[in-house]
Amino acid sequence: MTATASNHALEVVNLRKAFGGLAVTQDVSISVRPGERRLIIGPNGAGKTTLFNQISGDLRPNAGSIRLLGNEITYLPPYKRAHFGLSRTYQIITLFADDTLQHNVTLGLLGLHAARWQMWRPMSFYSALAAEARKTLDAVGLLHLATHPISDIAYGEKRRVELAVALAQKPRVLLLDEPLAGLSDMERATVKALIAAIPRETTVIMIEHDMDTALDLAETVTLLNYGRVIVDGERDAVIGDERTREVYLGT
Amino acid sequence: MKWVGAALIAGSLLLPPFLAGDFYINLASQILIAAIFALSLNLLVGFGGMTSLGHASYLGVAAYISALLTSRYGFGHGAAAVLSMSGTVAMAAFFGVIALRATGLGFLMITLALSQVLWGLAYRMSNITNGDNGIPGLTRPAPFGISLDSPVAFYWFVLIVAVIAFLMMAIFVSSAFGSSLKGVRDQPRRMAALGFNPWLVRWITFVYAGFWGGVSGLLYVYYHKYIHPTSLSTTSSAEALLGVIAGGSGTLGGPVAGAALVLLLKNYASAYVERWNMLLGLVFLLIVLAMPKGIVPGVSSLVAKLRGVSR
Repeated sequence: MTATASNHALEVVNLRKAFGGLAVTQDVSISVRPGERRLIIGPNGAGKTTLFNQISGDLRPNAGSIRLLGNEITYLPPYKRAHFGLSRTYQIITLFADDTLQHNVTLGLLGLHAARWQMWRPMSFYSALAAEARKTLDAVGLLHLATHPISDIAYGEKRRVELAVALAQKPRVLLLDEPLAGLSDMERATVKALIAAIPRETTVIMIEHDMDTALDLAETVTLLNYGRVIVDGERDAVIGDERTREVYLGT
Repeated sequence: MKWVGAALIAGSLLLPPFLAGDFYINLASQILIAAIFALSLNLLVGFGGMTSLGHASYLGVAAYISALLTSRYGFGHGAAAVLSMSGTVAMAAFFGVIALRATGLGFLMITLALSQVLWGLAYRMSNITNGDNGIPGLTRPAPFGISLDSPVAFYWFVLIVAVIAFLMMAIFVSSAFGSSLKGVRDQPRRMAALGFNPWLVRWITFVYAGFWGGVSGLLYVYYHKYIHPTSLSTTSSAEALLGVIAGGSGTLGGPVAGAALVLLLKNYASAYVERWNMLLGLVFLLIVLAMPKGIVPGVSSLVAKLRGVSR
């Protein structure tokens, strides 16, 4: 482990990915410090989610490397990355629709717990996991719905469960893929407060289109376009940059 | 209401030896054997989301190994059972590695292909398996010196094994691992991101299902005292799959009800209707139309509805 690598929560170096002839990630390098709040922006098709999918392990990059908290993870399967402290949410709600809210969050806890291989004790034996899950549900304001199945609750509430499943894992690095997508103004404010309340032990990297909300949460911003990093740096510097204006407004 | 149901189930399991003649006791034994087989398949289909069309492999191979060891190589039933189960589990472990390279339709086709290979071998390697003639003249084991040759004694033996199998599989699916399995069935991508190894979860389940498939195979060969390549055929796999889906996949009672239905039609209706397969198809069609989720979930939601009305 080199000194430079261990200084970063996440370090992406010269990452490349192409689908056939379409280059979706072109020489992307991003370094995120521990505890940082990073916002990734860019027009549709800029390669934001593709980048997330390579960081989380759903996609294999063609070249380059990804280091998580000093660990080389470029070609590790997703589940191993989770055990290194990575967690993510999805742009499209990815929950267990027939299960209760509590069970959804418990699965997040179970994923990092040795009990996930336990074949003879019923789930109810692990009351500590259930208690922890309820605590997390309480933190996102959904404890009163804990025993309802996901299919029963409203979309805005599902967004909060999506977040709760990831937060329950107490990740070192958290990837949020459009956590505000499709929410009303009131729900946005709720989720914004939840993201703002994430402890500093967790590094947060977020893709979001809603600039008004997202910029308040971000300290640093990376602008992607056509799979390339266009501008990268402190929030105000990126916002004020001429190239940002070009990408968003055209010349 | 719950007690009535429990009493009905206990009664239908415990009373046949006292009330029914040999034909029905034998039929009940066959239903229990088919139920274990269907329950093991249901671990894959219902709880794992892995639709297999080759589950007869485990039933057939366990039966063939036991038959060959006892009839040809002079093994006792105890040793033969242990060797047969070890062989079946080892095969499931190997087949799992091959079949789980794919999911969905690909998985189904690989399991089908593997079982067809075994079926072909059983047919063609006639110097060992006796081919189309099958292996006749087998015996039943006598655990603790108790002969299982009478229908009643054999029924009790099968009932004990079936109850153990049912409980073991019920514990398996309601365990923490069972939650991992159902999660991997519903959202494999999310489960991987949460730290679960979806492949390993599926493989362990595949091997466990193979084990119970093997157990049903041993009971199958003990019951028939004869084994034929049809036990390995796609028809044998498909009948069990039909039972699981008709009864209600992903439930514990469903495969039992489905297996009973298939066997009742097979044994009872075939006495009156020559093309009983057609009847089975028709019944299956009606079930799927009336209760898309299967008999057990369908009936229980119907009961819930009726009780809601009566209140």
